[in-house]
Parts: sequence; C-alpha cells; structure tokens
Amino acid sequence: MIRFCALLLALLAAPLLAQGAVPPAPYAYTQLDDPELEAEASALMHTLRCLKCQSQSIADSDAPMAGDMRHQVRTRIEAGEEPEEIRAWLVERYGDYVSYEPTVSATTWPLFAIPAVLLGLVLLVLGRRLGRRRSESGQ
Amino acid sequence: MLRAAYFIPLVLFGLFAVLAGFMLTQPKDEFVESAMVGKPLPPFDLRAATGDRPGVSLAHFTDGEPKLLNIWASWCLPCIAEAPQLEALDEAGVEIIGVAIRDRPDAVAAFLARHGNPYSRIGADDLSEIQLEIGSSGVPETFVIDGEGIIRYQHIGDIRPDDVPMLLEKLEEARS
Repeated sequence: MIRFCALLLALLAAPLLAQGAVPPAPYAYTQLDDPELEAEASALMHTLRCLKCQSQSIADSDAPMAGDMRHQVRTRIEAGEEPEEIRAWLVERYGDYVSYEPTVSATTWPLFAIPAVLLGLVLLVLGRRLGRRRSESGQ
Repeated sequence: MLRAAYFIPLVLFGLFAVLAGFMLTQPKDEFVESAMVGKPLPPFDLRAATGDRPGVSLAHFTDGEPKLLNIWASWCLPCIAEAPQLEALDEAGVEIIGVAIRDRPDAVAAFLARHGNPYSRIGADDLSEIQLEIGSSGVPETFVIDGEGIIRYQHIGDIRPDDVPMLLEKLEEARS
C-alpha cells in the first residue's frame, strides 16, 4: 500500500517540472549572432534526428536533449566547424539513424542502384521495340 | 509464354505488399544504440553533482578495474526502478560511477537519500555533453567500461533484476 501511494505521489510529483527546473543549454533556444552562421546551423539542425522523439528533427523538438544537441551544433558552428563535420561526429556516435540526409553506404546502396537499373532496363526494352518498329516500317 | 510474362510485375507487387504488410506488424525498435561500443571514452571532466560524492573525469576509468558508468537523473522515473539493482551490483563489489543529467545538487541529494546511493562518484552533465560523446540517447543507460577506459557494453533503459547477472558477466568479460 505504501509503495502504491509512493508511486502515485511520484506520478504527481511532475518529473517534467523538475526537469524544467534546470535552465536549458545556452544555445538551445538562442540563435547565433551571425545570421550566416545561424542559417548554416539551422539548415543542419533540420536534418538531424531528435533521439528522444525520433520522428522530429532537433530543430522541431522541445525535448531537453534536442535542446542540448542544438547547443552542441551552434557552439561547434560558431567555433568554425563545417556542418558536415558535425554530422559525421554524430553519425560516428549514433549511426546513420541520427541523420535525415540520405547517404550511400553498404546497406543503402540498393536504394540508389535499383532505380538506375530499372531505368536502364526500360530504356533498353524501349530502344529495342522502337528499333524493331522502325526497321519493320522501313521494309 | 507472353501471357505469363505479364504477371511478373503483379507477382513482384504482391511480394512487396506482403513484405510491407509483414514489416508493419513487427514492433519498431525504439532504441538508438550507441556506435561507440569498442571505442574509448573521450577526455572529460565533470564537476560533482552533489556535496557528498566527488566529480568524475576520464582518469577515474583508466585505473585497470572495469566499472559501470550509469547515466541517470533525479527527475527520471525508471531510475527509481533500477535503484535496487544498482544497490545489488554495488554490494557485489562493482564500482558504479554516476553521471547526473541536467540535475540540481539538492534534487540529486534528495534522490540519493530516498533511493540509496550506490555511486562512488557522481558527475554533473548539464548539457548532455558526455551523453552525446558516448552515443547515449536517454536516461537511464548503463555502460560497462573496461580498465583502460574502453566502452565494452551499453545497456539501454533501467536495469531489471534479470539484468544483474548479465552485467556482472559483462564486467568479468571486460577484465580480459
């Protein structure tokens, strides 16, 4: 019974509020002063996955961890890092999944190869058919 | 002959539909696993998260003994659920180093007073910096770190009673 009450109290304790009691990272909700750098950071943030809320980008998410990731992106951009370096840094830690930008890799190459192969096949068939028709009408 | 060939696209489409239907019934894996297993911890230095335990730096993981690195927070409910298991691991002689994410010293102290303190050190990570460095995507997560500071295993989510022997085994493996 005591445990149950404790559980109820724990639910009432609003852990989210406690979480919010710590101020967000300095650059979680603050843009960089330089508009060009901010645009670069923002473009990158729109293509990075929020790890807590996986169908949102970190630019779209209000999760505290997404805020920390935005802080990480903005401070690195301000320190002069290239956006692709930052993406690579995250991919090294979380795998391709963290990036929304499609890349050609050992697992994803069929996605790029299959359409090209299909297109090649279509052109081949089309070419042969049209060629045949032309030679038939030529006779 | 030609007739049969007309059915090939239909069959292919059917196969695709069956595959898609099957995949939709499969539960989605919601965990993002760290790609840092097998790689060393980065250099870091975290201030103490609370008064009665010192802070944490990389040097504390490179003394030759395997340890657990527990990523947690006082505001995290599953962390309450795993507290007895951490206690059991502590009693089994495992050194557990904690990192409190986005936490306040008074909240950390209150949590430890209530749910026990199995930690030898607790560092404060206010910007999830260590979390991002080691590819952790939430709280709680527990990493097995070998004596040289190499990440050997990542446990995502709270430690259940069944996980305790498994973690002890991973720690033993980390000795070799």
